[in-house]
Amino acid sequence: MDNNPNNNILEEVTTGEYKYGFYTDIETEMAVPGLTEDTIRFISAKKEEPDWMLEFRLKAFRHWLTLSEPEWAHIQYPPVSYQDIIYYAAPKKKKELSSLDEVDPELLETFNKLGISLDEQKRLSGVAVDAVIDSVSVKTTFQDTLAKHGIIFCSFSEAVRNHPELVRKHMGSVVPYTDNFFAALNSAVFSDGSFCYIPKGVRCPLELSTYFRINAANTGQFERTLIVAEESSYVSYMEGCTAPMRDENQLHAAIVEIVAMDHAEVKYSTVQNWYPGDKEGKGGVYNFVTKRGLCKGRSSKIAWTQVETGSSITWKYPSCVLLGDNSVGEFYSVAVTNNFQQADTGTKMIHIGKNTRSTIISKGISAGKSNNAYRGLVKILPGATNARNFSQCDSLLLGDRCGAHTFPYIEARNESSIIEHEATTSKISEDQLFYCNQRGIDTEKAIGLIVNGYAREVLNKLPMEFAVEAQKLLSITLEGSVG
Amino acid sequence: MNPIESNQLPLDEMLISSYEMSRETIVRGDISKVELMRDTALQHFKTNRFPDSTHEKWKNTEIENLTCEDFVQLIEPAQADRNMDELFRCEVHNFDTEIVSMLNGWYHDSNEKLRTLPDGVVVGSFKAAMNAYPALFEQYYGEIAQNTLNGFTAINTALVQDGVFIYVPDGVNARKTLQIIKMIDLEENLFVQNRNLIILGRNSSLSLMHCDDSINQHSSLVNTVTEIFVSEGARFELYKLQNLNDQSGLVNTTFIRQMADSTVKTNTLTFNCGLIRNTIHINLDGSGAHADVLGLYLMDKSQHVDNQIRINHNQPNCTSNELFKGILDDQASAVFNGYIHVARDAQKTNAYQNNNNILLKPTATINTKPFLEIYADDVKCSHGATIGQLDQDAMFYLRSRGISKANARLLLMYAFASDIISEISIEPLRNRIDDMVKKRLRGELSVCEKCVLHCGSPEKEYHFDIDYSKL
Repeated sequence: MDNNPNNNILEEVTTGEYKYGFYTDIETEMAVPGLTEDTIRFISAKKEEPDWMLEFRLKAFRHWLTLSEPEWAHIQYPPVSYQDIIYYAAPKKKKELSSLDEVDPELLETFNKLGISLDEQKRLSGVAVDAVIDSVSVKTTFQDTLAKHGIIFCSFSEAVRNHPELVRKHMGSVVPYTDNFFAALNSAVFSDGSFCYIPKGVRCPLELSTYFRINAANTGQFERTLIVAEESSYVSYMEGCTAPMRDENQLHAAIVEIVAMDHAEVKYSTVQNWYPGDKEGKGGVYNFVTKRGLCKGRSSKIAWTQVETGSSITWKYPSCVLLGDNSVGEFYSVAVTNNFQQADTGTKMIHIGKNTRSTIISKGISAGKSNNAYRGLVKILPGATNARNFSQCDSLLLGDRCGAHTFPYIEARNESSIIEHEATTSKISEDQLFYCNQRGIDTEKAIGLIVNGYAREVLNKLPMEFAVEAQKLLSITLEGSVG
Repeated sequence: MNPIESNQLPLDEMLISSYEMSRETIVRGDISKVELMRDTALQHFKTNRFPDSTHEKWKNTEIENLTCEDFVQLIEPAQADRNMDELFRCEVHNFDTEIVSMLNGWYHDSNEKLRTLPDGVVVGSFKAAMNAYPALFEQYYGEIAQNTLNGFTAINTALVQDGVFIYVPDGVNARKTLQIIKMIDLEENLFVQNRNLIILGRNSSLSLMHCDDSINQHSSLVNTVTEIFVSEGARFELYKLQNLNDQSGLVNTTFIRQMADSTVKTNTLTFNCGLIRNTIHINLDGSGAHADVLGLYLMDKSQHVDNQIRINHNQPNCTSNELFKGILDDQASAVFNGYIHVARDAQKTNAYQNNNNILLKPTATINTKPFLEIYADDVKCSHGATIGQLDQDAMFYLRSRGISKANARLLLMYAFASDIISEISIEPLRNRIDDMVKKRLRGELSVCEKCVLHCGSPEKEYHFDIDYSKL
C-alpha cells in the first residue's frame, strides 16, 4: 500500500473545504440561553401560539426531563450542555412579508450564495421553496399556485395559526413527544418548520422544497416538518441545509413526520450539508434528527432518499411504519464522512400490514479519520403476512484511518415473510483503477467515476434539481480532484 | 453431598453469599493466580450482576427467566449413585474417541484425574492440572476470558469448581478425537460452573467433541467458560453438541486466541435445550490465521437459542468464515448476533458472515443482527442474512413427482441443514449427526435418544421415506 501512487490522490480527496461556511450579518432576535419552562413559554408567546400548543410543549418538556441522552450509537462526542444553547433565534422581521422586495436583501444574498434563489428564477425551475433560517421560516414561494390545487404549503407557525385542526390531528401522531430524547426536546422547543397538506386526489404539480440554515452563533435549530398526503395524492418533497463555519458545535434536533393515506405517495429527499467541522474535527453541527413516515392507508408509499455529506455527527434514522395493507417503504441513502465526521445513520422498516414491502439501499463512503455506520431495523410483526424486505448496505473505505460499520437488526415474527440482507465492505479496487487508467482515464477522474457509479443507484432516486446538487456535493465533500 | 440451599435469596445474592461463606472450601487446592482471580471476578460480579433482557447484548433473550429460579450450587462433588461408566458410553458407530466425562459439573473420576495419552496429549481435571502444570496456568489461565463481558463469565471465574484441561505439546497431532461428555443428574435444580482450559502448542492438532446432555428432567443452569489457545501453525476442531432437556439453561462462553497460521473450526449443533446462549469470541492474533465458525440450530416448542459470535481481526492477512443456519418450529425463538471487528491496519482481511433461517410456524421468532465494524481499508468483508420459508418452487417440483407434502418438507429442510453437516470432517461423526438431524426433523429424537450417548445400537443409517428415483 505504501508505494501506491493513489495515496496522494486519496489524501487530496479527503481534504476538501466546506463552501457554505460564511456567516450573514442579519439582525437577529434571540432568547436567552438555557432551557426552562420559561424559555418554552417565551418561544410560545413569541409565536403567538394557542394554548393547546403551549400545553403540548410543556408536556414534552416535562417528559424530556425524565429522559437521558441515548448512548447506544457508534458515535463519541463531549456531553452537550443543554443549558448553554439559545433555543430561539430569528431574523428580525419588520412586518409580514407580502412580496420578495420586502425580504432583507442580506438574506436574499445569503440564499443566492447558497444557490437557493427565492426570486423569479425559481419560477422557471418550478420549485416551491420554504426557507427556514435559524429557527424561523422566512419565505415560502409559490403559495398561490399551490393554493389553486388546494395544497397547503407554509411555515409550521402559519399552519398552527391558519389550520389548527390539521396540525392538532396529525402532529405527534407519527413521532410522539415520548419517542426519544431528541424528539422530546424538539417537541418542547421547536421554533418553526414546514407544513404541507395535499388534499385527496391531488398530484402536486411542483416539487416542494425547504431550505434550512443555521446562521446565528450558539443557537440550536429545532424545526419540525409535517407532511400529510390524503387519499390518492402525490407529493415530492425536498430538504436542504447548511450552516456557517464555527469552532463550537451547534445542535440541530429536528422532527419530520409524514402521514400517507390510502394510495398516497410521498417522496422525501434530503441533501444534508450542515457544516461538518474543520480538518481537525473542531466545530460542526450535531445532527440528531427523528424522521418517520406512517403509511397509514392501504397501498400507500413513502420513499426516503438522503444524501448525507455534512454534520460533524449524524444520528438519523428515517423510518417507515407500514401500517396499511400493501403499503411500501423505501430508503435510499448515500452517507459520506470525511475528516473527523461521525455518522450513525440508517432506517427502520416496521411491517404491520399484510403484503407490505420495503427496500433499503444504503451506501456509505468513509474517508479521512471518519466513522460511518449503517444501523437499521427491519421488523416483521405477526400480522404482516407475506411481508417482503430487501436490504443492501455497502461501505466504501477511502484511506486506512477511517471506519465503516454495519449494524443491521432483523426481527421476524411471521413465517410467511421473506427478508434478505446483504452487505459488503471494500475499497476501490486496484483492478478498477487499472482498468480506467489503461483506457486513458487518470486516477483522479477514475476515483470520481467509481465513487459516482457506486452512489448512482441512490442518486438516481433524487429529483432532477437535487441530483445535480447532490453530485456536486459529493465531489466537494471528497474534494481534491474527484468530481 | 453438600449443596448450599438457596434460602429464597435471589440467585446472584445466593452466589455471592455462597462464595463468601464457603470461600475456604472453594479455593482449596487453588494456585495463587486462580485464587486471586476469583476475588477480582467476584467484585466484577457484584457491580454487574446477571444481565437481563434490557441489556443491548441480551435483548430478545429472557435470561431473567432462568436467573430468577432457585438453584443449588455444589461446592464439592456429589457421590455418584448410578453406574456412571455405563452412562458414559459413547456409541457413535465406528467412532473411537478418548472420553473425558463430567458429572454435575465435576470431573468424573473413573480412572485418574490427569493422564497423558500415548501420543503425549495431557488430559485431565482442571483442579488437578493447575497444581501439576502451574507454569501453563500462570501463562494462560484467565488471559482471554473477559470478566467484564457479563455476570456469567465473572461468576464463573469466581466460583469455578472444575472443568477439563487439555494440553497438546508442540508438534503433537492428537490421534483420537477427544470427547467431553457433560451430564447433569441430580434430584435438585443445579447451577454448574465449569471452566475449561485448552492449550495447543505449535504445529499441533486436536479435534474435540463437546457434548452437553442431561439425564433427568430437572432444570439446571450450566455456565461454562472455555479458554482455548491455538499456537502458531496449530489446527483445532471443535464440535459442540447441545442436547439438553427443555427445562435446562446453558450459557456457554468460549474464548479462542489464534496465533499466526493457525486454523480453527468450530461447529455448534443445537438440537434441544430450554434456553441456550452460545458466545464465541475469536481473536485472530497472528497473521495468516483462519477461523471457520459454523452452527446449526433446530428448535421447537418454546425453546430459545442465542448465538453471539464475535471475531476480532487484530492482525493482517487473517480470514474468517461464519455460517449459521436454523429451522424454527412452534413457539421457538432464536437470536443470532455476528460481530466482525477488523482492527486498524488489519489489512488483507477476508471475512464472511451469513445467517439463514427458516420459520415453520407463525409463532416462531428470529432476531438476527449481523454486525461489521471495520477500521482497515484493504479488506473484503461481507455479510448476509435471510429469513424465509421453504422454497415454494422446490416444493412444487417435489410434489409434482408424487412426493407427499410431509416428505417434501423433510427433504427440503434436510437439504437446508446439510450445508453445515457436510462441513463435519470426521466421517463417522458426520453420519451420526446426519442421522440425528433427520430424526430431529421428523420429531423422532425421542427422550431416550435425546442424548447422543444413548442413541442405541450401532443401527443402520436413517433414511427418509422418499423414493429418490422419482426425482
